[in-house]
Amino acid sequence: MSLLSVSDLTVKFAMRDQTVTALHDISFDLAKGERLGIVGESGAGKSITGFSLMNLLSKPGYIDSGKILFEGQDIAGMNDAQMRGIRGNKMAMIFQDPMVTLNPVLTIGQQMVETLQAHRKLSRDEAEQIAIVKLREVYIPSPEERLNQYPHELSGGMRQRIIIAMALLLNPQLIIADEPTTALDVTIQADIMELLLELCQSNKVGLILITHDLGVVSQMTERTLVMYAGRIVEAGRTREIINDPQHPYTQGLINALPQQTLPGHRLKQIPGNMPSLTSIPVGCPFSPRCSYAVDHCRTTRPEPISYGTVRVACHEVNRLHNDTPDQEKQA
Amino acid sequence: MSDMTTSTEPTLMRRIWDSNMAYSFRRNPVAVVSLLIFAVIALSAILAPLIAPFDPYDPAQIDIMNSEYPPVWVDGSESQFMLGTDDQGRDLWSTILYGTRLSLLIGLCAVTLQAFLGISIGLIAGYVGGRLDSLLMRLADIQLSFSTLMVAIIFLAITQAMFGSDTFNRFAVYFLIAVIGIAEWPQYARTVRATVLAEKKKEYVDSARVLGFGPMRIMVRHILPNSLSPIFVISTVQVANAIISEASLSFLGLGMPPSQPSLGSLISSGFDYIFSGSWWITAIPGIVLVVLVLVINLLGDWMRDVLNPKLYKG
Repeated sequence: MSLLSVSDLTVKFAMRDQTVTALHDISFDLAKGERLGIVGESGAGKSITGFSLMNLLSKPGYIDSGKILFEGQDIAGMNDAQMRGIRGNKMAMIFQDPMVTLNPVLTIGQQMVETLQAHRKLSRDEAEQIAIVKLREVYIPSPEERLNQYPHELSGGMRQRIIIAMALLLNPQLIIADEPTTALDVTIQADIMELLLELCQSNKVGLILITHDLGVVSQMTERTLVMYAGRIVEAGRTREIINDPQHPYTQGLINALPQQTLPGHRLKQIPGNMPSLTSIPVGCPFSPRCSYAVDHCRTTRPEPISYGTVRVACHEVNRLHNDTPDQEKQA
Repeated sequence: MSDMTTSTEPTLMRRIWDSNMAYSFRRNPVAVVSLLIFAVIALSAILAPLIAPFDPYDPAQIDIMNSEYPPVWVDGSESQFMLGTDDQGRDLWSTILYGTRLSLLIGLCAVTLQAFLGISIGLIAGYVGGRLDSLLMRLADIQLSFSTLMVAIIFLAITQAMFGSDTFNRFAVYFLIAVIGIAEWPQYARTVRATVLAEKKKEYVDSARVLGFGPMRIMVRHILPNSLSPIFVISTVQVANAIISEASLSFLGLGMPPSQPSLGSLISSGFDYIFSGSWWITAIPGIVLVVLVLVINLLGDWMRDVLNPKLYKG
């Protein structure tokens, strides 16, 4: 049985005069210890997906339909008290900016002990011992001293390590990491990602990595979802998606990587912007920006179909594939 | 990070002394002088039974023949009464000490009550939001549209009529604390709510929710400590306000009875004699009241400057 199984998840936001759909029929599975990447532009619904899995959508947002089965239980239908037993305990989340995710007025030790005591019956000393062990696992030097320090006394990379340690405190089954390195500088990004990968592999923890960095996804994950305007446009094994993207949007993302451009040339960006949730086109949501779009794309919405080993939501995927220049296919 | 800050564990006193707040305090002569004066007034009020030469509550020590002696530096004074006596023959210095004690006690307790009510209501309104928030804040608006003194006068007048003068006088302290405490809670509630609304959006709150903490714990342990600086500032101002309210009510005859005078009732009792030349019965307690309120306000001003996030983000 898979650890997490999301089927037809639809999330809506109730605005004053209308209701917009932020996520549309999202379905995916995650096996125990599996690592999944979710990629897409800003506003594609990646973070909303993360929050829905925690059942933490705040006010105007709500889960309209669909199931989120975590260890066989439906999270979408749980009340707050039941959810509290799962959050932090079996499922943990790591946020983007380590500078603001730790409470500035509590010491590292107080925050870690509080987290442990909220879920387990432990004395202060026992909790501190566990905290020290976990801090050592994320390579924090002299963890005993860190316990008495406040977040502002530590560097960004150190804080993100501590946040990872806090996420692992209760040995969760699943970690959702929402752009965990975006706010850090480049040299530390690689360290943190390596640490996260190592910890997930050694503890058999499932990981959902939300990011817009395809390079990171290719190193870290086994499977990838590509999201666009609240839908999954392509899903499959990471290697297949990176090496042989089917959907024009995924192709655009990969072509936009700086490595894909010769020095001195302009980056190949995807023209235009993602449509806002209130004005999603009738047909394929990507059609206004897609250079392959035909009339059919602008009128009917493509359903995901299996193509090779991936699932892709594009009408023209067959034609597209035949159009791919031969030398690229051989490479 | 240098080893210097991590390897040695500074004592609590040392850490307070080294903090930004203590530094800016030492650099601000107005704040230092204000705190000194406040400390002197507060200490002498607390130690009143030890310092005061007479006990103004003991009728055996009061002689009506001693009434209206002027302070020692004026002709016709009696050397045992340093600041003179009031119309009933009580030693003014002792009475002021005891009166300041009552004024400070009522001020501090009333503010504690205000803070308790206001912080709880503000936290809940800000954190829960929605209809409850609107309801509580409209209540606060309604409360604020009556002036504190009006509410207090109506309430105290009714209780005085209901319980009779004797019972009222016995419990006057509690009535005053309750009425001043209840009349001013919206000040706190509004400030706390505004801060909570800002803090609630910060990511550490999300991360607390993600760690599986309940709403009570998030409110009290995570959001409240981060909202303390405006609460400190408003508290100093409110203590000064409460002392003034108490004095005004006592001056109007709705507060402390003449047998147990606070600063306000002393000023009031001397007011009848001010044109007969006994100016000191009103003037000296008046000066004490003004100085007390002034130093509290000056301390509040200093605190507002230090804790202002635009000037310094701690």
